Amino acid sequence: MSKNIKISAKNVDVFYGDTHAIKGVDVEIEDKSVTAFIGPSGCGKSTFLRCINRMNDTIDICRVTGDILLEGEDIYAKSIDPVQLRARVGMVFQKPNPFPKSIYDNVAYGPTIHGLAKNKAELDEIVEQSLRRAAIWDEVKDRLHQPGTGLSGGQQQRLCIGRAIATAPEVLLMDEPCSALDPIATAQVEELIDELRASYTVVIVTHSMQQAARVSQKTAFFHLGNVVEYGDTDKIFTNPEDSRTESYITGRIG
Amino acid sequence: MLTVTFFAILALALAFYLVGRSRAVSVVGGEVHQLHSRPNFHGTLAMMLSAICGILALLVIGTAWGAYIERSLLADIMAAQPDLTPIEAELVLSDAHALASGGIASRSDALRIAMAEQVTSKGALHQWGTIAVSLGLTVLAGLWAIAKIAPEWRARNRSETIVRRVLMLTAIIAVLTTVGIVMSLIFETINFFDNIDWQIHKFLFGTTWSPLSGVQAGKLDPDKVGAIPLFAGTLMITVIAMLVAVPIGLLSAIYLSDFASARVRAWAKPMLELLAGIPTVVYGFFAAITLAPFIRNSGEAIGLTIASESALAAGIVMGIMIIPFISSLSDDVINAVPQSLRDGSYGLGATKGETIRQVVLPAALPGIVSAVLLGVSRAVGETMIVVMAAGQGANLTANPLEAVTTVTVQIVMLITGDTEASTAAGPAFTLGFTLFCVTLLMNIAAQRVVHKYRELYD
Ligand SMILES: Nc1ncnc2c1ncn2[C@@H]1O[C@H](COP(=O)(O)OP(=O)(O)OP(=O)(O)O)[C@@H](O)[C@H]1O
Ligand SMILES: [Mg+2]
Repeated sequence: MSKNIKISAKNVDVFYGDTHAIKGVDVEIEDKSVTAFIGPSGCGKSTFLRCINRMNDTIDICRVTGDILLEGEDIYAKSIDPVQLRARVGMVFQKPNPFPKSIYDNVAYGPTIHGLAKNKAELDEIVEQSLRRAAIWDEVKDRLHQPGTGLSGGQQQRLCIGRAIATAPEVLLMDEPCSALDPIATAQVEELIDELRASYTVVIVTHSMQQAARVSQKTAFFHLGNVVEYGDTDKIFTNPEDSRTESYITGRIG
Repeated sequence: MLTVTFFAILALALAFYLVGRSRAVSVVGGEVHQLHSRPNFHGTLAMMLSAICGILALLVIGTAWGAYIERSLLADIMAAQPDLTPIEAELVLSDAHALASGGIASRSDALRIAMAEQVTSKGALHQWGTIAVSLGLTVLAGLWAIAKIAPEWRARNRSETIVRRVLMLTAIIAVLTTVGIVMSLIFETINFFDNIDWQIHKFLFGTTWSPLSGVQAGKLDPDKVGAIPLFAGTLMITVIAMLVAVPIGLLSAIYLSDFASARVRAWAKPMLELLAGIPTVVYGFFAAITLAPFIRNSGEAIGLTIASESALAAGIVMGIMIIPFISSLSDDVINAVPQSLRDGSYGLGATKGETIRQVVLPAALPGIVSAVLLGVSRAVGETMIVVMAAGQGANLTANPLEAVTTVTVQIVMLITGDTEASTAAGPAFTLGFTLFCVTLLMNIAAQRVVHKYRELYD
């Protein structure tokens, strides 16, 4: 089963000022698959994820070295426009951050700025589809024009997922998308991730071993800024090579 | 002498604090935890009680007794020379005061000298009496508080109550002052309307403003107190000022918060705020001496006749004055929009421009609206610039190149002019009151808007 490589990171280092947050990471992410990043808090999962769509550009003190290739193209090259890159590589953040707009406008925001809908009917369709896939349509279909900030934390997070998929990115980066969700919504989001795999490449950061095992095909274990182990999810969870990976997934370090 | 007493009361109160504190410790033999209130609360209570009693006594006795002495002296004077008018009697009394303190009196006859002796003797009694009573009350209150000290004595609650009352008192003073000012405005306004026979519509909608030219026997001519030209002038200058200040202020705030590098920000923001520190009188003569001639000359160059004092010059300079308020406040609110919202927008592939226009500015709008409002109220109330640069003639025009006058300028002219205060005060207070109502209504309306917006997006 040989797959295309969608994203390939080589020898990536990230510094926040003097803090060395990511240390020489090499990861190859397969197209149309789900890759999970696991690891203890503060080990650099979010930082690495943010490198993939150059969100770190917005942090003044952050410096990224090494190569990250998206379909063979260096995303840190001069010729790459980060705005276009981020339209291709979408992101769901660790903390829900709905815009202070209506629920509808939150979802319509991306499609509108990228001109994905030719008319209002198409836009309505995109909004509905995205909210359905984010497992929140039934809860919000009667209040689409109320503010998105008025939703509960878990609803906000699903709204943000819907907002991200409405833009139709090729790659979806999800930073702990289920951390604020109840088991039912979590199951729905996992179902969504599984479904997205058919057409998108998904990278998900999670603190739940079970979730990583359930949804991902590949898993990377981060520890203190290094990728300690990267490989097939089955293998990592049943037969890890590194003792640190084993300790983490069995709950001894964290 | 009374100042010395005041400080003596404070010193005594401080001493009571120390005594009370150590007494509280000794009452329980050093086992402080047995006290309901910690020792310094016992000290504080003694201090506050003694200071409050002493200062109140000083104020009340000092003033009431003093007023009583003045009254009785006046009565004595009237009794000695019944043919004096009240004003002459007061003159005698003030001469007596002057003689008593070794100053120069208008005359020194027998009555005045006799009264001066009275002033001296009664004054001395009054002074020493006040000092003795207030110091005595200070000591009594302090001793009472100290005598009360016991393990169960709730000194903390009592001192907290006193503090709360004092805070309440200061709040009441602030509110009452405002109410007092508004009341006096209303009172004078009613007087004024009475003076023009309640033809209020002539004030509100009349177009001729020349109140002092129509005065006859203290009565104003209702046809010459039309305030429309003034409010029109204020409106025009405010609009010009906001046309200058809002775009420049807002855009510079956006630049500073989202585009400028940290280094540019570090010096640009203080520079802008420096503008806010320039006294308006400086802006005023800048407008009158530099900008107005410049506008006139450039107007002449293209064949326009422009008055040397024009609404345009005053409005532009006022706008420059308001820029820092708008930019600094807007910059603060734009900065307060969480980075996570910007990240969310960038993460969807939005450009910086789209992010600012569609996410940041809407989120910051309530703050921006209040910044603009603050600017408007500055513009409406601004006086110095318009006095110098906009002219004084009440001229109803829609042409910004002509001289206009504003409400505030006319108030200045009325109060500083040499017309009798009682005649000039009426129109001035009424203008002030109307201006107050207008800004109040504007503020309420804006609050509504902001509130509605908040409800939607909070
Ligand atoms: N904006 C920043 N400025 C400075 N240091 C940062 C910044 N963001 C992250 N770091 C540092 O980088 C390291 C990695 O942080 P990161 O957020 O990537 O951790 P994480 O693995 O996502 O943790 P968690 O599971 O708790 O989200 C941490 O030591 C953190 O303190
Ligand atoms: Mg994280």
